[in-house]
This record gives sequence, C-alpha cells and structure tokens, in this order.
Amino acid sequence: MRIEKRLHDSQLMVYLSPLLALLLTLISGALLFALLGRPPLGSLYTFFIAPISDLYGLSELAVKVTPLLLCAIGLTLCFKAKIWNIGAEGQFVFGALIGGAVTLQLAESEGFWVLPVIIASGALAGMAWAAIAALLLTRFNANEILTTIMLNYIAVNLLLWAVHGPLKDPDGLNFPESALFASQTLLPVLFEDYRVSIAIFIALFMLVVIWVVLTRTLLGFQLRVMGENHNAARFAGFNSKKLIWLLLCFSGAMAGVAAISETNGPVGQLIPTLSLGYGYAAIIVVFMGRMHPLGILLASCLLGLTYLGGEMAQIDQGLPKSITGLFQGMLLFYLLACDLLISYRVVPNSRSVKPSAITQ
Amino acid sequence: MTLLTRKTFLRLLGAASLLTLSASVFAAPLKVGFVYVSPIGDAGWTYQHDEARKIVQKEFGDKIETTFVESVAEGADAERVIRNMASRGYDLIFTTSFGYMNPTIKVAKMFPKVKFEHATGYKTAANVGNYQARDYEGRYLAGMVAGAMSKKEVIGYVGAFPIPEVIRGINSFMLGAQAVNPNVKMKVVWVNTWHDPAKEREAAESLILQGADVLTMHTDSAATIQAAEAKGIYSVGFNSDMSAYGPKTHLTSSTQHWESIYSAKIKAVLDGTWKPEAIWHGLKENVVALSPMNPVVPKEVVAKVDAYKMEMIAGKRAVYQGPIYDQAGTLKVAEGKTLSDEELHQQNWYVKGIDGKIPQ
Repeated sequence: MRIEKRLHDSQLMVYLSPLLALLLTLISGALLFALLGRPPLGSLYTFFIAPISDLYGLSELAVKVTPLLLCAIGLTLCFKAKIWNIGAEGQFVFGALIGGAVTLQLAESEGFWVLPVIIASGALAGMAWAAIAALLLTRFNANEILTTIMLNYIAVNLLLWAVHGPLKDPDGLNFPESALFASQTLLPVLFEDYRVSIAIFIALFMLVVIWVVLTRTLLGFQLRVMGENHNAARFAGFNSKKLIWLLLCFSGAMAGVAAISETNGPVGQLIPTLSLGYGYAAIIVVFMGRMHPLGILLASCLLGLTYLGGEMAQIDQGLPKSITGLFQGMLLFYLLACDLLISYRVVPNSRSVKPSAITQ
Repeated sequence: MTLLTRKTFLRLLGAASLLTLSASVFAAPLKVGFVYVSPIGDAGWTYQHDEARKIVQKEFGDKIETTFVESVAEGADAERVIRNMASRGYDLIFTTSFGYMNPTIKVAKMFPKVKFEHATGYKTAANVGNYQARDYEGRYLAGMVAGAMSKKEVIGYVGAFPIPEVIRGINSFMLGAQAVNPNVKMKVVWVNTWHDPAKEREAAESLILQGADVLTMHTDSAATIQAAEAKGIYSVGFNSDMSAYGPKTHLTSSTQHWESIYSAKIKAVLDGTWKPEAIWHGLKENVVALSPMNPVVPKEVVAKVDAYKMEMIAGKRAVYQGPIYDQAGTLKVAEGKTLSDEELHQQNWYVKGIDGKIPQ
C-alpha cells in the first residue's frame, strides 16, 4: 500500500471536506457518548444545540466568535499569500496592552472620540508588533514563522510585566490586574444584560472588506499570485516587499482590534490571562474555513461552539472538560484526513502508476 | 351560602397552592455549583475543593445537587460559566479562584436571588460572600519542618503570582523555618500561572540548580514535588497531601479542607439564614492542617511542630508575632505585637532572609 497524488483535485471536495469532517466528528461523538452509557443524541444536543438555544446563548457565541473572527480575517490574507504569520497571539496581546494603557489614561475623558482613539490604539499596536516581523522578513530574510512565534512570547511577558507593574490597579492589593475600565471606555453592548458588543459588526464589516479585496481587486489578485508562485509574482512586477508589509500590518491591526473587542468588551480590564489562545485558534479557523471569508465565519462559529458546548456538557451532564479538547481534536483530525484523501489516494502496491503521469 | 362556599373554595385553593409551593420548595434539591480554575486531577488546590464537594454531597444527600465546571480560564469565559450556572437555576455558586472575583460580582448583580461565594480575593456584595483559608498557619508549621531538614540552609519556593495571599505563604514558611534554624535563606521563582506542571517543574529545577535543598510551592500541581523526588531532595507539599508524588523525599504538606465551610454555607442557605460575609478559617476550624510526616523527620522536630500547632490553636502563638524584620532590616512587627487581619491581607513585603525582590 502506498499513497500517491491524485491527478486532479476535486474543487467541490475541497469545500465539502470540512462538512464531511464535521459529520464524521458527530458520528464518532455519538458513538463515544453511547460507549460512555449516555444517550448519544441527547448528549450531542447538549454539546451543539443547547448552548445556542436562546438569545443569550447566541449572544455568547458572538462574544466568543468576535476575537476569533477578527484574528482570522487578518490571517486569511497573509496565508493566501503564503506569509505564515503565526503571531496573531502576540499582536493580540500587544494590542491589548497598549489599548489598555490608553483606556486607563482616558478614564476621566468623555466624548465621541474616546472609543475610536482606543480602537485605533489597539490596531496600531498590533500593527507595530507585526511590523517587526515584516521588517525582519523583508530586510534580513528572517523566517516569519520563527520571528512571529518568538514575538508572541515577548508580548505575553510584556503584558505580565505591565499588570504586575505600571498598569496594576493601585487599589488592587498587588493583584496582577489593572483597574476596571471606566464605563464610557467600554464598547457599547447591543442588548442590555448581554455581552455582545458592536465589535461583532466591525468583524462582519471587515469580513466583507476582505471578501471584496480577494475577489474584486488587483491587490487580491497580486496576493493570490504571490501565494501560488513567488517567482511568477516577481516576474509580473509585483512588489513583494510592499505586499509583505501590507499584509502583515493589516493582520496585526485586525489582531489588535480583536484585543480591544475583548479587553474593552467582556473582560473590562487588563488581566494576565487575556487571550485564551485566540491568535492560535484563529489559525485553525482559517484552515478549516478554506481561507474563504464565508468559510472562516462558519469555522469560527463552529470552534466557538465547541467551547460553549464543553462548558454546557459539564454543567448539565457532568461530562469532563476533556470532551472539549476531544471534539476539537477529532474535528481537526478528520479535516486533515479528508484533505489528504482528497489530494491523494491509497493504492495497493500491486498496481502501479507511471510517475510521469504526475505533473506536479 | 354561595359566598361561604366560594370563600371555602378560595381558602382550599390557597391552601392547595401553598402546599404545592412548599412541596416544591422541599422536594427540589438545592442546586450548588462549583467553578474550578484547574483540572481536578489527583492532587492540589482544585482537587481539595472537589473532595469537599463530594463530602458535602454525601452529608446532605438528596437535599442538594452539586455540579462543577473545571479548567475555567480567568477571563471572559469565567463570567459565561458563572452566568450559565446562575441562569440554570443554581441557588448557590462557589467560585474558587481569585481571578473570578470581578466576573462573580458582575453576574451577582444580574441574579440578586442567587447566592455566590468567592474564594480568595477581597470583594463582597449583597449576595456575594467571601471565604479563605488561613493557609499561612499551616505554612509556618511546614516551614519548621523544612528549616530543620535543610542541610545547605537554602529553601526553594515556586510562587504563582506575587499577590498578598502567596507572599503571606512565603513569609510564613520562612518564619517557620527560621524558628528552628535562624540561618536559613530562601529563593523564590515566579511562574505566573496557577497550573502549568511543565513550567512549575522547570522553576523547581532552576531552584535546585541555585542550591536549594528543600522545595515547596504555591501552585496547583504536584510538579515541584516530583522534580524534587527525581533529584533526591526534600520537598513540602501544599493544598493536598502530596506524599504519593514523592514517596522518599516528601516531608509533609500544608493542606486545606473546605468541607466545613461548604457545609456551613449550604446549611445557611437551606435554613434561610445565609448572609454575605468574609470568613477566614485556619488550624482552629480544621480548614488548615498538616499531612502525616515522612518518617525521616526527627521525633523532636515533630514534637516541636505539634507543640507550636497546639499553641496556635489555643491562640497563645501567632505566625506574625514580633519582632519581625523585613529584607532591609526595618522592624515590621514590634516585640509583643502581632499583625492584624487587614495587615495580613495587604502584605507586600518579604521577611528578612528571603532573596530577591517582589515583582511590583
């Protein structure tokens, strides 16, 4: 038995693969619940439907999806151009740190300009953090995977330093948290008593923007060409350095806005464990969503739902926390397996195909 | 006549509805929820809370129904989990980590009929109580054992966050060690997490490299104990009895037992006498204890620890009784004086003999 490349990738299957993976995950999940001696359908209901069965649940899904989606929007453009920005996490955290510092400065300020300034500061900070990687890549040809990962650790430690030091709540008994943000510096919520804020509209708007950019503009064409073939892009006269700067900075800005959606939204202060890994989860979202705007929207909802479902399964069914990781792992495993079998096929050794038939 | 029948009828109706109402009050078990910051596992902070949950479940039988959610990150997720519990008819919710303080207060405002109890932290509200353990008393006794067993006279301490609760533990351990060995020194490494076994282990190993020959920690896992066992040096556990993780080298553990607090709070809610209060229980109330000692600890040390323990329970001895000097040699507690609870809650200085500075 060996694995060989298929002659043609089925375009349809590329898009069907995530759905197939979801279906397989549900079937395996149901089997697993049955083996644990629990009603399979009821348990799946608790996990996937109950969390969003009322308006509050839906609003909480939006709360969870907002930062994921914003990070994923920036990463989509980068990954399309094969710029492997693994640093959304660091850009998020640095955006949170600077945005938080600005917010604390503006605690006494009133006016329509306060929120735009805060959002812009977060975006600029995320951008600045990504720009370091852009500079290292364009000037010194330093691999962006490594630099962005390293910058993540630096950002996290800067945040720790800040909440233990200059930004610590003076009345907080040395607890490593900033003061609670003033109410006029918080993003307005859409409904009273719910936590979903206007940030979800920013995310959806930016989603439309990248959709248009990808399908209707020269820039979108350029970055797709660059992703397909770097040399071809150069021969066509595209300025790849400019593109790298643009994409990394945009991605950083989106992560920065994601940070503000969290700090000036549901959290309302700076704390050491701000990000909860949104920047990393967004990478999964982008690949699960096939780097397509609609895809990443669905993928971020699905991933967000697994977190909510995991909590619900614990509260209502007393299932262990590991069920969340299990579902996320199964989803990813089946997705990778489906992708592999869509591009490759398993052939028994007795039958051989001339390698010359393979063009790539 | 008709009037009378109607009156009787109404009375009967009233009685009947009262009966069903009271029946439903007594029939429906009190729903008690627990929110945990780390996985329950086999040892540590969350493990002890869950042991206590099991004990009160047994004690109250079908009068209560308990549920928990584990590994809830201190951030945007915590508020959702607490709120989901509150909105699903939980009557009493215990949130067991300091980072849950602000989310608990926020949710409590929205659910004035639900009672909340937050462990550690410093805020209370109309329906939010606060409970803590005087773990520093156990720390002092455990420190005596460590001081007696250290040959190099260097103790290593893995700390989570430099908040008063942890600093108090460090100082108390040091004072206990100095009570049996005035020359003993201490080194502290901060890991900035409550639960990350890999990080805790790394920190423990770095302390061993710095010359420490007895280790202890204020984090949630037993990684420090395992690291010490692997290197063949002594260790002192925390939260739960950790002897299983260091069969040869574990000396004793300073442990917490929350069942008396949980039992009292649940009983108060059942009786309708619950009040929001801040309670701080220790050795005297059996919330803090010392686990059985390793046979390598000399008998006279065990006897001295026991004697000190009895004196503390009887109120004849305090952990912070003067004279106590800080690192710079300033007299912090004068001879014949002790620290008040408020001063203990705000502790942000190291006693003499501890290396390094508190991250500020």
